Amino acid sequence: MRGATATRWAACVTAVALAATGCGGGSDSAGASGAVLSSSWTDPQNPLEPANTNEVQGGKVLSMIFRGLKQYDPRTGEAKNMLAERIETSDSRRYTVTLKDGWTFSDGEKVTAKSFVDAWNYGASLRNNQKNAYFFSYIEGYDKVHPARGEQSAETMSGLRTVDDRTFTVTLSQKFSGFPDTLGYNAFVPLPRAFYDDRAGWLAKPVGNGPYTVESYTKGSEMRLTKWGDYPGPDAARNDGVTLKVYTDNNTAYTDLMAGNLDLVDDVPAQQLKNVRGDLGDRYLNTPAGIIQTLAFPYYDKNWNKAGSVKVRQGLSRAIDRRQITETIFQKTRTPATDWTSPVLGAEGGYKAGLCGAWCEYDAAAAKKLIKEGGGLPGGQVKITYNADTGSHKLWVDAVCNSINNALGNDRACVGNPIGTFADFRSKSTTQKLSGPFRAGWQMDYPLTQNFLQPLYYTNASSNDGKWSSPEFDRLVDRANAETDPARSVRMFQQAEEVVRDQMAAIPLWYQNGSAGWSQRLSNVTLNPFSVPVYDQIKVG
Amino acid sequence: MGRYVLRRLVQMVPVFAGATLLIFLMVNVMGDPVAGLCGDRQCDPATAARLRAEFGLDRPVWQQYLTYMGNVFTGDFGTAFNGQKVTELMATAFPVTLRLTIVAVLIEVVVGVTLGVVTGLRRGRPVDTGVLLLTLVVISVPTFVTGLLLQLLLGVEWGWIRPSVSSAAPFGELLLPGLVLASVSLAYVTRLTRTSIAENRRSDYVRTAVAKGLPRRRVVTRHLLRNSLIPVVTFIGADIGFLMGGAIVTERIFNIHGVGFQLYQGILRQNTQTVVGFVTVLVLVFLLCNLVVDLLYAVLDPRIRYA
Amino acid sequence: MPEQPFPPEGAIAGAGPGGAMDLTASEAGTLERHPRDPGADGSPAPPPGPDAPDPAGGRPRSLWSDAWRDLRRNPVFVVSSLIILFLVLISLWPSAIAPGNPLACDLAKAQQGSGPGHPFGYDGQGCDVYTRTVYGARTSVAVGVLATLGVAVLGSVLGALAGFFGGPWDAVLSRVTDIFFAIPVVLGGLVLLSVVTSTSVWPVIGFIVLLGWPQISRIARGAVITAQQHDYVQAARALGASSPRVLLRHIAPNAVAPVIVVSTIALGTYIALEATLSYLGVGLKPPSVSWGIDISAASPYVRNAPHALLWPSGALAVTVLAFIMLGDAVRDALDPKLR
Repeated sequence: MRGATATRWAACVTAVALAATGCGGGSDSAGASGAVLSSSWTDPQNPLEPANTNEVQGGKVLSMIFRGLKQYDPRTGEAKNMLAERIETSDSRRYTVTLKDGWTFSDGEKVTAKSFVDAWNYGASLRNNQKNAYFFSYIEGYDKVHPARGEQSAETMSGLRTVDDRTFTVTLSQKFSGFPDTLGYNAFVPLPRAFYDDRAGWLAKPVGNGPYTVESYTKGSEMRLTKWGDYPGPDAARNDGVTLKVYTDNNTAYTDLMAGNLDLVDDVPAQQLKNVRGDLGDRYLNTPAGIIQTLAFPYYDKNWNKAGSVKVRQGLSRAIDRRQITETIFQKTRTPATDWTSPVLGAEGGYKAGLCGAWCEYDAAAAKKLIKEGGGLPGGQVKITYNADTGSHKLWVDAVCNSINNALGNDRACVGNPIGTFADFRSKSTTQKLSGPFRAGWQMDYPLTQNFLQPLYYTNASSNDGKWSSPEFDRLVDRANAETDPARSVRMFQQAEEVVRDQMAAIPLWYQNGSAGWSQRLSNVTLNPFSVPVYDQIKVG
Repeated sequence: MGRYVLRRLVQMVPVFAGATLLIFLMVNVMGDPVAGLCGDRQCDPATAARLRAEFGLDRPVWQQYLTYMGNVFTGDFGTAFNGQKVTELMATAFPVTLRLTIVAVLIEVVVGVTLGVVTGLRRGRPVDTGVLLLTLVVISVPTFVTGLLLQLLLGVEWGWIRPSVSSAAPFGELLLPGLVLASVSLAYVTRLTRTSIAENRRSDYVRTAVAKGLPRRRVVTRHLLRNSLIPVVTFIGADIGFLMGGAIVTERIFNIHGVGFQLYQGILRQNTQTVVGFVTVLVLVFLLCNLVVDLLYAVLDPRIRYA
Repeated sequence: MPEQPFPPEGAIAGAGPGGAMDLTASEAGTLERHPRDPGADGSPAPPPGPDAPDPAGGRPRSLWSDAWRDLRRNPVFVVSSLIILFLVLISLWPSAIAPGNPLACDLAKAQQGSGPGHPFGYDGQGCDVYTRTVYGARTSVAVGVLATLGVAVLGSVLGALAGFFGGPWDAVLSRVTDIFFAIPVVLGGLVLLSVVTSTSVWPVIGFIVLLGWPQISRIARGAVITAQQHDYVQAARALGASSPRVLLRHIAPNAVAPVIVVSTIALGTYIALEATLSYLGVGLKPPSVSWGIDISAASPYVRNAPHALLWPSGALAVTVLAFIMLGDAVRDALDPKLR
């Protein structure tokens, strides 16, 4: 009876949703004339400077109003030349960048080599408090403009030289063959003079060189972007503009989509995943994104860094029924992980399905045996630490714990350990105050194997919160970075990844997908590997 | 009377200082907000140190507090982490929340008191039982669920309203959110009124009024209700502050960028400037509401006098 | 008369049949049963009216024993007490009626409806809703009842003192109340509860009492200020009754009604507040079982699995109902006018 009620209710809402979008389609959703679409948004956490934006919502805007040297293909993730005509190197250390002719900012200023060099120097300079400054850390002279402590001793990085209007050179402090492929990241876009002349004015209404221009920006409420008619690039917008509406909750945005007040939701709330086919039919997309969720361990705690610890970690990994959790809790918007990278890299880019092997396959008996051989769970119980304020982490942590408990036949073998705020969680994990496994999510900055391995597992790397360390892994990564042949470099990264596997440095859980739902006005909606909608491709009407 | 009001206004000063200091310390105790600013990556130490210096977090707490208060008196409430002035945030959040609160309080007063009078006069009758059942539903079903279901029903299924409130947030769009926000308070107001009415309707002055042949309506509104309102007024006076600062769930569901939402975000991000700024204004609201409530006592019951 | 917003009590003195009493009897303990003084000017009142119950012969009974006698005969009181007794029993021995394990969850059964042996179906994690609802009673009833008691006692005492003594007492107590009012629950929870490592319910109860008392305090203060104006109080004072005596025996019974009303409703909201705190990660430490936690977990999925929300919510509703009924009965018993 209860099941029947639920179904009826859902069916009812569906029918009406279809009717509502059917009759209400476009009535007031666009808010402006022409083919303008509205899309859900959250206020960016930081000022919208390219080198200061480290989360998806700010990145969304930057991807519309900026174009860099490279652009990642929305489907394959491959880094393709955009403003760059060519990027040449002979030794994987000294690069010469030549720009295409004819690019300008939307205020008419020409995009020159100086536009890039100045922007990068601005982003790297300690004085400017840019949170993504470390992206420039491969460039020679970074340690002078951004020392680990004390005042900076230089204004600009010595590794950057402007040759002429269309050419500049980049010298890295060490060999890094993947460097050109990182240049599609938002931090590397050029900045116009207007930015330096009036920073506050620019932040209130940013000016860039992308297919859209900012028409108006009301903080906390909405940003209107219009198609830039004179956009010189090949990927001009196929609609007249995008209105980003700030929502306090993604579920409200979803309800607004059903009611016909919103055209695009790029984050379908977890609790609606079961209804989404019924509510939206085929106007829903669920596609892999460059995000992996893992459980990291505190290696600074000797309980997790002793003789049998590897077996305990392997046992825990085998006690987690990834398939069931991804299907039931996440409705297949996550895929069970079988390596430590992401499917969006593609086999050539370094993704290797099944690299984890049996260690990532659920087997209760094997799990129990492994943990017993490894000396049992430290203290008899694992506590999985997560932050309670963002995302629905409680949901999957509880499911993982139930899975472990069922496998081990002990209903208190695993419990969740929520921490109130993200800041507190980060502060505890970066200051080595955790005593058990903790949530570790990684969203790639650029589609390279290197990005999934080095920042997380290299000794003392910026996101190696568990302080895992392996000289063998470090050596393999160094060699892979220095390798000029991409295929050989990828193979070497995979060897490094095997070290991670053999030590079970972190338990891979699942690859996260991007999801989107849209109204009947829209077509050709896709998400790029960063789970951001490819706005310029969307057609309205 | 005038002196009483003046005295109360003077008393606001220590409360104001105490409350801001308390909130300031509490946000400080929560730890290092800079840790949360760089996503799942550790801020590089140099940038983190500079950010701390920029927000004044590297100085002793007492110094931070004094600087902050000094700035507040010149009208500078500081800057949120996203670079927005807190005064700017307040200027957008408070008017919306004020409108929402007005709607909610009006609903409490009109619906709550009416239901309270009706059930108080008809204790044990079906209408009383019906209202009691509604009360139970309101208490035991979370606001989140009521809001969500009403949104789906009225906004999506019947299409009567927009499920979300636009950024202008006119009164018309705030009716449903106001009702959802007021629902739990409505239960309090209804039952408080009901009890007072039931208690006072057997009072001598009511019997007298009835005996004198005054019309029933007049007896109820002039004599009975007036004497029954003190607990209700007390409750609503205290509730206004809560409605303004605590409408977190309602504001989230209906996409209202109001005080509750901003305060909640500020707390989660440990943004001292935002939190203390918003709470400071809320404290003033609390204090003024209390003063008004105390003055209303004297209006409702002339025997109560303030020297 | 119409111009006069409030009829002077003197004008109706003696007209009402129920308000008569003998002031001199106050020390004999009968005053409280006839709280309304007929004469504003303190003139001698007529003898007891027809509907005022006569004191039983011999030793005069106290207000409280009278109330207790009334209560036992009130079916509302009996029913609500039985419900509460039942709740207490399943809190102590949940396994008596629920053989399962509330922590045994099988994701394969997530959100399934009822089946044999599982009358309430399964929740989002595949746990048995019936077992969890029964086991959740312990935490939720403990949090609700103990927090309400704490809030009611602390709030009434401080509120009554402020209202009764007025002046500087009122100024200090009320302004302290104001400061506590200003603490946002989320902030208070994150700061005060995040340092707690205890897995018991006490920190949560303590926290709710700490932030909850100002509300009751304010209600109690208002009620005491009102009750204080009644003539019988003035009279009792004039006759030299001590402050504690006036407060306890004359004012308290007449000021308790709004406190009871607010407390019984607050009981339900405290049970829900526990869930909010747990949601913030600072409430009960996992793997606790409570109605609040289950309600908040089931809420987002109300479209798909309303049953997972319905049962814990229903249990919460029944509990609140029992206490509202109990509160009503107690209040009625304390109010002689309703007899």
